[in-house]
Amino acid sequence: MMPALTLRNVVVALLLLMLFLVPVYAAVIGNNFVLSLFTRIVILAMAATSLNLIMGYGGMVSFGHAAYLGIGGYVVGILAYEGILSGFLQWPLALLVSALIAFVIGLLSLRTRGVYFIMITLAFAQMIYYVGVSLNRYGADDGLTIYRRSQFGDLINLSNKTVFYYLCLVLLLASIYLVWRLVNSRFGMAIQGARSNDRRMHAIGFPTFRYRLTCFVIAGTICGLAGVLLANHTDFISPAVMHWTRSGDLIVMVVLGGMGSLFGPLIGTVAFLALEEWLSGITEYWQIIFGPLLLAIVLFARGGIDGLLAGIRRD
Amino acid sequence: MLLFVEQFLNGLQFGLLLFLLAAGLTLVFGIMDLVNLAHGSFYMLGAYFAATFTALTGSFIGGVVLALAATLLVGMAVEVIAMRRLYRRDHLDHVLATFGLILFFNELVRLIWGPAGMNLTLPSWLNTSVEILPDVQYSMYRLSIIVVALAVAIALYLIVMRTRVGMLIRAGASNREMISALGINIKLLYTFVFGVGAALAGLAGLMQAAILTAQIGMGENILILAFVVIIIGGIGSIRGAFIAAIFVGLIDTVGRAFLPDLLKLALSPAAAATAAPALSSMLIYLVMAIILVVRPAGLFPAPGSR
Repeated sequence: MMPALTLRNVVVALLLLMLFLVPVYAAVIGNNFVLSLFTRIVILAMAATSLNLIMGYGGMVSFGHAAYLGIGGYVVGILAYEGILSGFLQWPLALLVSALIAFVIGLLSLRTRGVYFIMITLAFAQMIYYVGVSLNRYGADDGLTIYRRSQFGDLINLSNKTVFYYLCLVLLLASIYLVWRLVNSRFGMAIQGARSNDRRMHAIGFPTFRYRLTCFVIAGTICGLAGVLLANHTDFISPAVMHWTRSGDLIVMVVLGGMGSLFGPLIGTVAFLALEEWLSGITEYWQIIFGPLLLAIVLFARGGIDGLLAGIRRD
Repeated sequence: MLLFVEQFLNGLQFGLLLFLLAAGLTLVFGIMDLVNLAHGSFYMLGAYFAATFTALTGSFIGGVVLALAATLLVGMAVEVIAMRRLYRRDHLDHVLATFGLILFFNELVRLIWGPAGMNLTLPSWLNTSVEILPDVQYSMYRLSIIVVALAVAIALYLIVMRTRVGMLIRAGASNREMISALGINIKLLYTFVFGVGAALAGLAGLMQAAILTAQIGMGENILILAFVVIIIGGIGSIRGAFIAAIFVGLIDTVGRAFLPDLLKLALSPAAAATAAPALSSMLIYLVMAIILVVRPAGLFPAPGSR
C-alpha cells in the first residue's frame, strides 16, 4: 500500500532522507561535529523509540529508562577493560544483561500502577546508578574510558565514523520496524488493549501481566543496544549516562515528538537536541528557557510535534 | 555501643528530615492527585534563602523565619501559575511539567547565586555538643533538628486531625467535588496546602544545609529517597510517611555505618571493601522491593486511595 501524501509523511520522509545524507554533508563541509551530533541523535532516538514502545503503546511510564543505556554501555566498557574486545561477545552479553535486569525490574514494578510505577522505576534506576558510582575498579564516579571500540574482525570497522553512523542508522530503522511489527501484531493489540483496560483484557483471557512484562523486557533490550552504541560512540561510559535526569530527557523526547506514534520519538529526539544546541547558543543558562518551554508544551501542545503535523489532538 | 547510639540518632535525624520532605509530597498527592517532582526544588530554595537571609540579617533565627516565609510564597506562586492547570491532567503530564520546573529552578539558582555552593553558618549556641548519656556526646545541632522535626510532625498531625482546616483537607482528599459543592473555596485550600508543603521541604533543606552545604541539585537525590518513603508508607498517608521515613533513615544510616564490618565477617576484607559501598547504597531499594512484593500499595495505604 502506498502511504498517503500527508504533511506528516512528507516530513518523516524528508527527515529520513536528511539522516541518510548527513555523512555526505559532513564530508563536503569537512566538519566532524555534525556527524558526531547526528550519531548521538540517532542513538538516543533508538532509546526513545524503545521507551515509546512501553510508554506510548503500553501505557507504562518508566522513569528509569536511561538505566539500560548505562547497563549496555557498562557491559561493553567492563569487558573492554578486562581485555575482551570481540563485539561478537560484548554485544550479545550486553543485550542479555539488559534483558535480565529489565525482567527483574519489570517483575517487581509491574505489580503496581500509575504513580507507583513511575516512582518505582525511578527508584530502581537510581539504585543501578549508585551501583555504577560504587564500581571502584571501573572508575566509579569518573567513569571508564574505552580505548578500543568493539572488534568485529573484518566484518565491520566501528572506528570509521561514517561506517559507525550508518550502522547506528540501520539499527535505529530496524528498531522502528520491530516496534511497528510488534504493535500491529496480536501481541501489540493485547498490549494496547491492556493500556486502555487491563481488567477487561484479563477477563477475556489474555495473561496481561506476562504480555506487559515481555513488552517491558523488549524495550529494555533495545535500549541496552542503544547503550552499547553510545559507549562505542563516546569511547567512554560513566554513571552520568544513567542519571535520573537522562531518563527524564528520554520521556521529554518521546512526548515532544508524539507518544504512541511510530516516528514520533525520532522527530522528538531531533527536535530536543536541536533545541538544546540552539538555546545553549543563545545563553549559557539555556535551561531557564527550556524548563518553562516544557511546561508550555505540556499545557498547550499535548500531541507533540507529530500531533501538530497530523492536525489532530490526542486526548 | 557509643558509636551505635550516635549512628542511631543520626539515622533518626535523617529519617525526620525525609519525613518533612515526604509529608508535603504525600499531602499534595493525596489531596490534589498531583505528582510533584519539583518538590526537591523547594528543599534547595529553602537552603539558599536561609543562607542569604542569615547573612543579611545577621541572625540565624531571623534568617530561618524569612526563608520559610519566602519558600511558602514561592510555593504558592508556583501553584497559582502552573500547578493549578495540571490537576485534571494525567500523571505523565505532571512528571513532564514539574521536570521542566526543576530545570528552571536549578538554572535560576545558578544565575542568582552562582555555581558554587553556599554555607549556612550556625550560631555558637547551636554549634556545640551536649552529653545525652553519661560520657556520650552528641551534636547540639543534630539534636535540635530531631526536636524541631518531631514538633512539626506532631503539629501537622494535630492540624490535620483536630482542626477545621485539617477536616477540610481530609474531606478534599476523599471527595473534592462534594467539598466544593458545599461552598468551600477549594482553590484557596489547594494553594495553601501546596505552599505549606513547599515550606516544609524548605525547612528540611535549610536544616540539612547547615550540615552539608546549599548546592544546586541538592533536592533531587533526597527527593528520590522521599519517593521511596512514600512508596513504602503508602501514597497519601501521613502516618505511613512518618513511619516509613524513620525506617528508611535508620536503615540507610545504620546500614552505611555497620554493613562493611558485617560483610567482613562473611567475606574476605578485599571483597567486603568492594561490596559494602554498593550494597549499602542499594539497601533501601532492596527493602522497598521486598515490601512491594508483600504489599504492592505500601504498608499503610490511605483510605479511599486510588
